[in-house]
Formats: sequence, structure tokens, C-alpha cells
Amino acid sequence: MFKKFSKEDVHSRSKVKSSIQRTLKAKLVSQYPQLESVIDELIPKKSQIELIKCEDKIQLYAVDGEILFFQKFDELIPSLRLVHKFPEAYPTVQVDRGAIKFVLSGANIMCPGLTSPGAKLPVSPGFEKDSIVIINAENKENALAVGKLLMSTDEISSINKGHGVELIHHLGDPLWNFSVE
Amino acid sequence: MSLREVVYCGVCSYPPDYCEFSGKLKRCKVWLKENHSELYDKYYGSDDAEDVNALTNKLAGSSIGEEREGKLEKDLLKLQAKEENRQQRELQKKLSSKVIIKREARTKRKFIVAISGLEVFEIDMKKLAKTFASKFATGCSVSKNAEKKEEIVIQGDVIDEVEAYIHSLLEEKGLKDVKLEIIDTKKKKKPTTTTPENTK
Repeated sequence: MFKKFSKEDVHSRSKVKSSIQRTLKAKLVSQYPQLESVIDELIPKKSQIELIKCEDKIQLYAVDGEILFFQKFDELIPSLRLVHKFPEAYPTVQVDRGAIKFVLSGANIMCPGLTSPGAKLPVSPGFEKDSIVIINAENKENALAVGKLLMSTDEISSINKGHGVELIHHLGDPLWNFSVE
Repeated sequence: MSLREVVYCGVCSYPPDYCEFSGKLKRCKVWLKENHSELYDKYYGSDDAEDVNALTNKLAGSSIGEEREGKLEKDLLKLQAKEENRQQRELQKKLSSKVIIKREARTKRKFIVAISGLEVFEIDMKKLAKTFASKFATGCSVSKNAEKKEEIVIQGDVIDEVEAYIHSLLEEKGLKDVKLEIIDTKKKKKPTTTTPENTK
């Protein structure tokens, strides 16, 4: 999604009304229920969310110049900086060491990288197809990417072939390096 | 439950556990050691005498098998070498390029100063133009010159101040030896003093 992304892709910037800000926060909590306890720390009540509309109908939401989450269609997707602050709240999968290199250059994650000994998938029922997952790596503390499941986690472990996770946002991609001044 | 503070590497901007994949591992290590020595000890072990060896030993417990680990290691080294080469080339390019500051007469006593060749140094032209505008209290804009390159145009005769400012700016970036070329289309003081007399 952010293979190519730069300042030129920004169309408009505007401040979000506080009422809309409230619904946004509610939506974020409903998507990731565990965020509820820390939502006021992540986005303090007094803070001003800024909406940055970009090319391809991508919308970024920033607080204090830091992009916290973004949205392409209806779903809110947390940015990695937000993920790092509170990783427990999101569905997580883990890839093995061999995959890190490819993930960091933006490749989709193949099923074998998610099923090998170093990797971890949640025990069933697991996650549905199309849900947003954060991708962690073997022996690493922090997440390295955010993706969308192309098949359910049960299917990944049974089929074990082809693309498993579509990569949306990874460490070192243009969004990671993007700064709102 | 509370928020977690994550340290990001000052060199490659990744969390420090991923520095080894950034291709700038050497500089990352130096940075981490200077700024967060406790984290350095955690990730790279306390004996840095044999850092590459220590790292491979640590990775021996990895699950993906010796062969793949070896390949990965090789790839990472390659990446690192590539990155280093690239950086060197870039530095060379920076050092060999020069900044051109040009003064042009507009009407009799009015001048504009045009600065070009700054884009190599990763300087935001628009921002710099803005600072010049407020610093000298003149109009200042970014425009394209004859070679289709961006240049900053300042309204007003401020060539000396601009030169000093750009010198300090480059020095801040650690590029002291970059050449500044100053092109003055007319002699400095004579035209401004003689022309009014001629017209009288």
C-alpha cells in the first residue's frame, strides 16, 4: 500500500472535529477491544487529531505530528509506531528469521514462513480471513509489519502454500519514514 | 496495562532489534552503544571485541537450520557492503558538487540572488526559502532555472549574508569542504554608486 508514498501524495490536511474524534476513538476501541484501557493515553481527550487525505483514498490520522493510524476503506489500521506502544491489543502472527529480510523489503508473507518451527500462529479458532494482523518475528520484541490475512489462520496451517498475509505497512517503508512537520 | 516506550535507532530508525537488517549495522551499533548502552549489552553481548562472531553464536540457536542461517548471514553482509558503498558514493557526490550563488541585476539598483545546487544535500528548498524570506525580510521563492533545476531566488542584494548562512548550514551537516561558487554579474560596489551619478 505504501510502496511509493511521499509528500506529493498528500492532498489535504485538516483538523478533525472533536465529535468525530470521539466516534473515531470509539471505532478504534470496537475494532481492538483491548485498547479500551489505554485509549485515553494514546489519544488524550484534549489532543487534536489531524486528518491527512492522500492519493488513492488513503487517509492518515496523526496526533502531534505522529501518524497513529490510517484507513483505506472502512477499517482502521494502526501504524507501527502505535503498535509498538501497545502490542498486546492486536491479533499477532510470527514469522521465522529467514523471512524477516523479505518482509522488510515489502514482500507478502508466504505460508511456509508462518508455519515453520520459528514461527507462531494462534491456536484455533485463530483469525478470520481479511482481518488485520501485526507481524512479529522470531526472537524479536517488536513488530515489524502490519498486514491483512489472505486466508484464515487455520487455512494457512492446512494449505501451507502461497501468499498468507498481504503486507500493508512495514518497518522502513515510506509511511514509516513519513513525517508530518 | 500501560503504554510501552520503544527506543528507535538514531541511525536506521528501526527498533534496535532490527538494526541487523537495515544494512547499517556498524553505525547502528556505535549509536546504540553511545546512547543506550544497556540495550547494547542486551542485543550484542557485552564483549564487542568479536562482535560479528558473538552475533553468529547467538544466532546458532535459531530454528531455521544452519544452511539457511548461513545464507541469511551472507545476504546480510552483502547488503551491508552495498549500503556502505552507496553511502560512500553519495558522500563523494556531495563533496564533489558545488553550490552556486549568483547575483543578478534586475533594474538599476535592484538585485536578485539565485542559489542553485542545494538539492544534493537533502535540504528542503521550500523551507529554506521561507527562512530566507523572514531572515532578510524580502521576497523569496523556489523556481526552476534554465536547466530545469530548482533554485532559490531572493529579492534583494544579500549575497554575503547568504554565503555565510549556507556555509554554516553545510558545516552543521559535516560537509565543510563543499565549494561555494559565487558569481557576481557586476562589480560589487561600483555599479551601485556610479549609476546614480551617471543618471544625474
